[in-house]
Amino acid sequence: MIRLLTLLLCLLAGPALAQAPGDAAYARLASDSYAEIEAGIVGLGASGDPRAGAVIGALADGRLLSRPADRALFIRDGSGLVEARTGAPASAEGLKPVRANNKVRRAIEAAMGGLNLTSPDPGKRREAADAMFKARDAGALPALDAALAKEADASVRRALTEARAAVILARPGAAEPERLAAIQTIAGRGDGDALGLLRALSADPSEAVRAAADRGVRTVETRLALIGAAQNVWYGISLGSVLLLAAIGLAITFGVMGIINMAHGEMVMLGAYTTFLVQGAIRAHAPALSEWSLAASIPAAFLVAGAVGVLIERSVIRHLYGRPLETLLATFGISLVLQQGVRSIFGPTNREVSAPAFMTGAFDLFGLSITWGRLWIVVFSFGVFLGLLFVLRRTSFGLKTRAVTQNRRMAAAMGIRTPLVDALTFGLGSGIAGIAGVALSQIDNVSPNLGQGYIIDSFLVVVFGGVGNLWGTLVAALTLGVANKLFEPYLGAVLAKIALLVFIILFIQKRPRGLFALKGRAVES
Amino acid sequence: MSRALSTGPEHPSPVGRWTRAAALAGSLALGLASASAARAQETIKVGILHSLSGTMAISETTLKDAMLMLIAEQNRKGGVLGKKLEPVVVDPASNWPLFAEKARELIAKDKVSAVFGCWTSVSRKSVLPVFRELDSILFYPVQYEGEESERNVFYTGAAPNQQAIPAVDYLMSEEKVERWVLEGTDYVYPRTTNKILEAYLKAKGVAPADISINYTPFGQSDWQTRVAAIKAFGTAGRKTAVVSTINGDANVPFYKELANQGVKATDIPVVAFSVGEEELAGIDTKPLLGHLAAWNYFESIDTPENKAFIEQWRAFTRNAKRVTNDPMEAHYIGFNMWVKAVEKAGTTEPDKVIAALPGIEQKNLTGGTAKMLPNHHVTKPVFIGEIKDDGQFDVVWKTDGLIPGEAWSKQLDGSKDLEADWVTLNCGNYNTKTKKCGGA
Repeated sequence: MIRLLTLLLCLLAGPALAQAPGDAAYARLASDSYAEIEAGIVGLGASGDPRAGAVIGALADGRLLSRPADRALFIRDGSGLVEARTGAPASAEGLKPVRANNKVRRAIEAAMGGLNLTSPDPGKRREAADAMFKARDAGALPALDAALAKEADASVRRALTEARAAVILARPGAAEPERLAAIQTIAGRGDGDALGLLRALSADPSEAVRAAADRGVRTVETRLALIGAAQNVWYGISLGSVLLLAAIGLAITFGVMGIINMAHGEMVMLGAYTTFLVQGAIRAHAPALSEWSLAASIPAAFLVAGAVGVLIERSVIRHLYGRPLETLLATFGISLVLQQGVRSIFGPTNREVSAPAFMTGAFDLFGLSITWGRLWIVVFSFGVFLGLLFVLRRTSFGLKTRAVTQNRRMAAAMGIRTPLVDALTFGLGSGIAGIAGVALSQIDNVSPNLGQGYIIDSFLVVVFGGVGNLWGTLVAALTLGVANKLFEPYLGAVLAKIALLVFIILFIQKRPRGLFALKGRAVES
Repeated sequence: MSRALSTGPEHPSPVGRWTRAAALAGSLALGLASASAARAQETIKVGILHSLSGTMAISETTLKDAMLMLIAEQNRKGGVLGKKLEPVVVDPASNWPLFAEKARELIAKDKVSAVFGCWTSVSRKSVLPVFRELDSILFYPVQYEGEESERNVFYTGAAPNQQAIPAVDYLMSEEKVERWVLEGTDYVYPRTTNKILEAYLKAKGVAPADISINYTPFGQSDWQTRVAAIKAFGTAGRKTAVVSTINGDANVPFYKELANQGVKATDIPVVAFSVGEEELAGIDTKPLLGHLAAWNYFESIDTPENKAFIEQWRAFTRNAKRVTNDPMEAHYIGFNMWVKAVEKAGTTEPDKVIAALPGIEQKNLTGGTAKMLPNHHVTKPVFIGEIKDDGQFDVVWKTDGLIPGEAWSKQLDGSKDLEADWVTLNCGNYNTKTKKCGGA
């Protein structure tokens, strides 16, 4: 009975007690100074106010508004407003958003961490645990213990245990056995954050803690070195796939047809601008489909770049067959014309091509951090490669192309319209370059200069791989990509590139026809 | 063929040039009296030397437009000394030697009274001898690495002590940063700025192990390794920040990679010296929320002058979304200072205008007053802005008052004894120890 009474009393007094610190916190949130806002968040997070989560969440999204006149706070909720403290619908004039800077955002993260520990969503609880791991606030220990006792989800449990260990290591008064156990937990985490935490213990007064931390540092370091090597190989494959995409069109125009096409990079650029236009059109007319705008851009870019390619071939290049130097100059001129044309139409500044949701962010694979965008580009680039291989090997058009490039007069004698095949082959190479532009718009600038950055690399890949051989292009692109990324951590980006160029020059001296040289009469002629 | 291809100092628009040359010859032949009569209708020519094609067109085209707007505005107010101003625009095409040729063409053939132009330090260095030889005036509007003061050049952009040093101060005092990654493109501006910053950080007691300096080539587009390395460097348990002097097009892939690998500004803030409103127009800025930039002007700064300027710019370009940026403000200040100096000197003769310029004051767009100093640099406020999700900056910090530009860095051994003063010492690199002027 008495217990019931006290409970009742507590319930009655609870809100009143909680409101006292909350009051001050709300007033501070409406302030102009970042330090005050930060203090307000900390106060609100600790106050136990039931609206704290909603208010701080609104601040994080920029939906928290204040009325400077009386420091009242409101939350924009869809189209209407609600009073921040009560959640009751309201209407008000003269509002301005409560501003946040990095410090305020950090305070928001930490406060949300404390509030979300009891969230029903395991993902949110995990995020909260990670936030507490970063914050290392000694005062959070009781909350963590309470959350641990209730937690059923294994991954969240682990995150909570790690956060608890980090807090214990950061707290001066913890007992030695507890600290040793914490070191074990942290070493098991095995990432850069763990390393930082353990290294900080190297000056610990206790010998046992120092030794354990030392062992921990060593295991984490070995693990990280292994992951680092694997990560570099992945970066290499990713860079290689970009090189492959950029070079594969050139492998046709230069490799198969023997045209030194300096305007190849501009075909890539046209593809990127097509992506920009298609995305803009879809956003304006069919916003629901905007996730698929990249997919829709692929055929569009192929057609645009391919058509420009056919036009260039018919109007300029066909008059210059057999005169490589003049072809080089003419295509270089065309590249400048295309660049300046695009600059005049779209302006010199970069255009924004946004990434669809499935291409943003990263995921963790055994400690490797792999970004979705790069992964899709690797997949896409191999897809394009296989598709092109299929067209050249298995279709009648591919057969004709190969026949014309291997022996033009014989092919003509067999009734193949060689000029048409020339135009279509050049169009195919240009179209593939346009497709590359769709992918490159995701990782590079969509600007008139886009193509220039890839033209040299593309020629390198094709020459290194062996002119006229698609598989050579694949191997060369991946070799150059991986070698570049393996050198880069040791030599720096600038030297790595130089080292690679020197290597290719030496290699070409030894094998002038590249990795996979074509053999037979076609080469001699 | 070779004539048609040549882009040398010959005539891109032969007709106009020839008639002008003919007119010039004619007026010489007619003698002094008629020449002075011709001068009454004459205009004052102002040269604009910004790349309209090639790699740098992305940044410089805007400045050309800004100059045309400023000149049109001045003409609407009645011109200068009762004469209309006539802009002469040339295109040095992002080609450094061509900058020198075009500068010579502007000064010697078109007889411009002053030139507003250049962006990269290489282009500025390439035109210096021309301005010295033909004794003309160049207004240079971009933040640069300092270590220079020329009699013929007026630097209206920031010197390192007006951008880099205050930014580092901000990170140290407000963000409590202890570990530093100095990330730059491999050329003169980042290398010199990083040398100055490294010396400054060491003087502030930062251990060499806590500073990591890296350079990448121009147009770097694959940032995976570098961003992973920055992440690793940032996990040492102490607050880490990146000071970025990455130039031009390389910025977009860098920020995209940062966003993809989840480097948030609350963990590792990046403060950039070459990223402004224009550069952000090409990226989705939501993942970049909170990363920083240090400039002397932001479009978001709320003053009546700035509001008027932005409106004028949007009307002039007929584009309601066109953004303004820091180098545009530098041209605004420089151009108005030149107008005032010409009016003070009563002539456009370079020697007299150069002498009149130091001491000239001009209200800037952010509520202060810029003053041309004897070392040919100007006083500027320094702002730190955080990137917002609409591609604009939210000013989170600014210096108290205006910072005078220092031509010679106090941090570097070779330059800390040097002083530039074109008023009393008439020297750009006077050594205060040996009491000698270093000369050109």
